[in-house]
Amino acid sequence: MQKLLKNEKLFNTIVPVIAAVLGMVVGAIIMLLGNYDPVAGFSALFNGMFGSPKAVGETIRAASPLILAGLAVGFAFKAGLFNIGVEGQLLVGWLASVWVGYAFDLPTVLHIPVAILAAALAGGFWGLIPGFLKARFKVHEVIVTIMLNYVALYTTAALIKKYLYAGNEKSYKVDGTASLASPFLSSLTEGSRLHWGIVVAIIAAIIMWFIIEKTSLGYELRAVGINQHASMYAGMNVPRNIMMSMVISGAFAGTAGAMEGLGTFQNMTVLSAFTGTGFDGIAVALLGANNAFGIIIAAVLFGGLSTAAPQMNFDANVPSELIDIIIALIIFFVASSYLIRLILTRFSKEGK
Amino acid sequence: MSFLEILAIIIPAALYTAAPLVFTALGGVFSERSGVVNIGLEGLMLFGAFTGVLTTLMIQDTVGAASPWIAILAAALASGLFSLLHAVASITLRADQTVSGVAINFLAAGLSLFLIKKIFDKGQTDFVQFRINKSDVPFLSDIPVIGDIFFSRIPYTSYLAILIAILVWYIIYKTPFGLRMRAVGEHPMAADTMGINVTRMRYIGVMISGVFAGIGGAVYALSISGNFTGGTISGQGFLALAAMIFGKWHPLGAMGAALFFGFAQSLSITGAQIPLLKEIPSVFLIIAPYVLTILALTGFVGRAEAPKALGTPYEKGKR
Repeated sequence: MQKLLKNEKLFNTIVPVIAAVLGMVVGAIIMLLGNYDPVAGFSALFNGMFGSPKAVGETIRAASPLILAGLAVGFAFKAGLFNIGVEGQLLVGWLASVWVGYAFDLPTVLHIPVAILAAALAGGFWGLIPGFLKARFKVHEVIVTIMLNYVALYTTAALIKKYLYAGNEKSYKVDGTASLASPFLSSLTEGSRLHWGIVVAIIAAIIMWFIIEKTSLGYELRAVGINQHASMYAGMNVPRNIMMSMVISGAFAGTAGAMEGLGTFQNMTVLSAFTGTGFDGIAVALLGANNAFGIIIAAVLFGGLSTAAPQMNFDANVPSELIDIIIALIIFFVASSYLIRLILTRFSKEGK
Repeated sequence: MSFLEILAIIIPAALYTAAPLVFTALGGVFSERSGVVNIGLEGLMLFGAFTGVLTTLMIQDTVGAASPWIAILAAALASGLFSLLHAVASITLRADQTVSGVAINFLAAGLSLFLIKKIFDKGQTDFVQFRINKSDVPFLSDIPVIGDIFFSRIPYTSYLAILIAILVWYIIYKTPFGLRMRAVGEHPMAADTMGINVTRMRYIGVMISGVFAGIGGAVYALSISGNFTGGTISGQGFLALAAMIFGKWHPLGAMGAALFFGFAQSLSITGAQIPLLKEIPSVFLIIAPYVLTILALTGFVGRAEAPKALGTPYEKGKR
């Protein structure tokens, strides 16, 4: 135990695991208090996540945008920035991908990459705004990104209504050449909506890992995240790094939007409230310890939990909102890692 | 349509929509002045709306028309206690304050809907029988011109919000308690040296913000929406946060900004009745508060400076 507390890296990996377990335990307690059967609840959850090929397919489908949203939050975290605007960047990316998917006539080999690129660019631009304001005017990115979320929500809704409206609160569908949907993957998972987006998400995770760990840009971003002043004295261009990290973060978020636009839905709804994916991305990044691999695992967990929630409601009668409660608790426990450290220290002292 | 007639439509509507924002923004002032970022205002407001509607539904048969007012007090208490979670995480456990606020928002949404489904077996509550109604102020509403614009068709909660804003200004700028609170948010170490209990002040700041956000949420639910669903509170808390920043962390500024945002929001509804405004697409009016807040932070509309120690946990003895 002593060794564990001294080893920062190991401690940082173990905190999310403990937090996830604690979250589930408190979730079980809430089920008990609410007169529900926790065993039935959790087994229904597990079945809904991994119980059948279709469940696995839906879990992976839900994980794809979450991976990208988590990468977006995590990437900004690495540079010491809190991108709470993933939701907004996702929405503009979603709209851009649908627009390119609908309005352009291209062969599939080009259409899909161009549509995804458009989403990444749109999201990147939406991330550049807070990045620029932070770098140039030292405006805190948290507030700007929150405000831009709402601007994105209402603006995308208005743009769809004006230019892409197909009726029934939906935009036109994207062309088949831009679609990520796959009858092959769907039949493989017995009729789930699984699409090729998961491949895009995993490539993005590899890109994030590569940038952060293997390039000088990533090195500078991390340095800026740890100590801006030291980085500046070392000759790094701090404002440029801040902007770059927000642009790349926004690009990941925009790509997450393309997952919805080209994959799951093939169009965009005139939204009056947020999708929540962007905010879930914060939970994913925290639980994944801002590490590309950790983010994939965390996204599969949260994606699975949210797709399995209706199943839990159906089989064990537990309201599906329990999942939101569990996710919130997990965030609390990860954020309060000081508490976990305190408890572990206490234990190790007693063990001596 | 004459200018005065237009004012008589716009101003009551603005005061009506702004009241919940004013209360919540004032709550934000307390928390952030003491040095704790409170992104959780949205969740605290949501929990207040939930408690407010639930309490009204439970007591309306026995208490009658007084029930929404009692419910507002219950909501204040409930959200005050709920904010304790944010206080413990961000002050005692030194969690990232923004992250903890995000968790508060998730938890409030999940918990209240979970309970609604548990209690009512459906995704929303019934409508309350007694609301906080729009009413005319006796005597004052009879004054020519002014009476029709400022004292008619406005719920009492709107006047209460303005009075409380003045009270909060007095507390924060004119009392020793307020001075201590500001000191803790600007330079906690200096405050600590002078014998102020930093942790205690911050707990108080966060919990007052919970109380106010709870009131704001309940006022919204009981005067505007009338019931509680998953979508009752969708962004009002963040709008109040924006109002607080646009108002430069000053109680009266926050109130002014909240009134202005309420005005902008009501315009997107009442605008259809007013010539000239009909021509502007409503989306511009809806996004105006958010864009203005960004501009205010950037310095184009007078620079907004946050309390110096905002967002940093205080660790005794740490340089």
